[in-house]
Amino acid sequence: MSTLTADDLRARVADLLAAHPPASTERLEFLRARFDAGLAWVHYPAGLGGLDAPRELQNVVEAELAKAGAPDNNPRRIGIGLGMAAPTILRFGTEEQKKRYLRPLWTGEEVWCQLFSEPGAGSDLAALGTRAVQDGDSWVVNGQKVWTSVAHIARFAILVTRSNPDVPKHQGMTYFICDMTDPGVEVRPLRQLTGEAEFNEVFLSGVRIPDANRLGAVGEGWKVAQTTLMNERVAIGGNAIPREGGLIGMVSKTWRDRPELRTPELHDRLLKLWVEAEAARLAGTRLRQQLAVGAPGPEGSAMKLAFANLQQALTGLEIELSGEDGLRYDDWTLRRPEKVDMLGRGPGYRYLRAKGNSIEGGTSEVLRNIISERVLGLPSEPRVDKDVAWKDLPR
Amino acid sequence: MSDLLYSEVEEDLRASVRDLLTDQAGFTSVLARTESAEPYDLKLWRTLATDLGLAGLAVPESLGGQGASYREVAVVMEELGRSVAPVPFLGSAVLATSALLAAGDAELLPRLAGGELIGALAVPLTSAPGTGFPGGVEANTEGALSGAVRTVADASAADVLIVPAVGPDGPGLYVVEKAAATVTEAVSLDLTRRLADVSLDNAPSRLLASGTDAEAVLRQTLLVGAGLLASEQVGVAQWCLDETVAYLKQRYQFGRPVGSFQALKHRLADLYLEIVSARATARYAADALATGIDDVPVAVAVAASTCSTVALHAAEQAVQLHGGIGMTWEHPAHLYLKRAKSSELALGTPGRHRAALADLVNLPPA
Repeated sequence: MSTLTADDLRARVADLLAAHPPASTERLEFLRARFDAGLAWVHYPAGLGGLDAPRELQNVVEAELAKAGAPDNNPRRIGIGLGMAAPTILRFGTEEQKKRYLRPLWTGEEVWCQLFSEPGAGSDLAALGTRAVQDGDSWVVNGQKVWTSVAHIARFAILVTRSNPDVPKHQGMTYFICDMTDPGVEVRPLRQLTGEAEFNEVFLSGVRIPDANRLGAVGEGWKVAQTTLMNERVAIGGNAIPREGGLIGMVSKTWRDRPELRTPELHDRLLKLWVEAEAARLAGTRLRQQLAVGAPGPEGSAMKLAFANLQQALTGLEIELSGEDGLRYDDWTLRRPEKVDMLGRGPGYRYLRAKGNSIEGGTSEVLRNIISERVLGLPSEPRVDKDVAWKDLPR
Repeated sequence: MSDLLYSEVEEDLRASVRDLLTDQAGFTSVLARTESAEPYDLKLWRTLATDLGLAGLAVPESLGGQGASYREVAVVMEELGRSVAPVPFLGSAVLATSALLAAGDAELLPRLAGGELIGALAVPLTSAPGTGFPGGVEANTEGALSGAVRTVADASAADVLIVPAVGPDGPGLYVVEKAAATVTEAVSLDLTRRLADVSLDNAPSRLLASGTDAEAVLRQTLLVGAGLLASEQVGVAQWCLDETVAYLKQRYQFGRPVGSFQALKHRLADLYLEIVSARATARYAADALATGIDDVPVAVAVAASTCSTVALHAAEQAVQLHGGIGMTWEHPAHLYLKRAKSSELALGTPGRHRAALADLVNLPPA
């Protein structure tokens, strides 16, 4: 790691702003320049958008750029690329792959999605059955994926497949980068309980993927996928927020503005959740402080679980605190949003959408298993699928 | 943003306190003492207070202390929570000492900070920060105190009492020699933190602070107490989790270690999550008290309400998940349950702290 200081980074930001004044520079041009200056994600290697600097110095860069009114890369729209695809490519990709994919990923020119879950393999991801068969210097892929956010606008996907059905399930997987414009890739909207189709089903029929688009070794897809999943959990609920940031602030504001909606019971619940939100915020801060001094604690896996619990309790409370408006819904039309808009929609949407928080990115049940086994060291449940070839597993 | 981690110095302090407590406050000796004529381990107290200098950790060196801060006191509290050691640390090193510190007393403070004397704050242990000045004791024009205070923490081990009393000129804080008071040991729910009733009949006293000063000192003292008690509760909760996890790994039922059953694993994962949050709030409160930022009342209310609830939940789970053994007198779990339930009431219940918070963060009642 380099010995860059906050002041060094401020100077580099100043250089960037001087060479590319945000007011007179086209947005994409500015983002590309920022990437090339190593100010995209400062903890990444030099030449790949970073400077090998300590991760927490990114905050300095963001603050300076925000002050100067510089455009951002709309991180929520490209969250899967930033949070999941990029760290996986960084760790397992070839130099060529890193050079090709990371820059347009970061600038948002190319949106990424994640072809992981299948109708028959959600929490038990390693049970997946999408087949990849080698044919010369490419692979032929057939199967169906589901719950794929932003597949309809994605240019690329990270994809896990079954490449060998004759070995136990964790051993026969291979991981690819899939071009979503290739023949045989079909994306269909999957309407969800909120009315919109934020997710998709993705059908893969005879899709040819060059071997050069493989990430990691043949048969090592599970190991690669683990990196993606660990990063996914860190990405969710890992941001620094001010007190009363997010939903708790919204609910608190309603409480202050609408005295006629108050009841003693709601007051009690609101205060409990206010405390819980503040505690979660402090725990998140503590986690980031641990990461910053290079001592990552096991708290990370707990934060996503805490986030889901809190979001669901808060959105439930918010509807009750909405009076007669709690009975209404803002819009049931089928929409295909590019990102989740929790704060921009109504309480009914928030309540329904938050139900996904305990399912997406690892169900709360699976996270509890992970915490109890990997953090607390409790023994695992007896496993019946561990030494059985994938093809012989009941499904 | 505050530093919510433990410094190296704090970790060293933790290690030395834990070593001492492991050595001198093992469960069987703690349990044996609860039924003896000497419920306090004053030998252990002298080692902690005098040899290690922990009674005056947050007291400036010029006043006979160590010149550290409430962050370090919080670490000691965590370890005392882990061991439920029967020493008057909360009453003397936290409550009485911080009252003297807030009052700017240079006379008695060095003797408490050095461990020479043990003090106690004569308020019911249930007193919450920000509630009204207690009116149970009256001071006459000569400063002689009369009245009664129930359920005072650590009073029976104390040499001096810091007594809030109302005199002809309003509220005041007074120092009373234990010998001038009648202190009657109560039967406490918490076997390792003793309570006593104090009655005063024309007891001579020395005035420490009066009027709004006295009110401010008492409010600050109770804030410090509640904020640091949160760290003790984190220690209690962590012990309960660690001990329960260890037990579930070695206890077999239905041909499997009990800890391999998902139903139990999920409960422990939830408990772990609660403790992660509780520790963050306790660290924030300790740091806020140490640095004296404006956010102290919010930090304390958040920590106190969170940590009380988490410690109690942890202790209740520990008893349940130990099965029958958890119900026995010989297993330590009950001492932690008793400490956790008592601490839930101490220095403000979670509900009282949330009510205080409603005011502080402008979320008025219905």
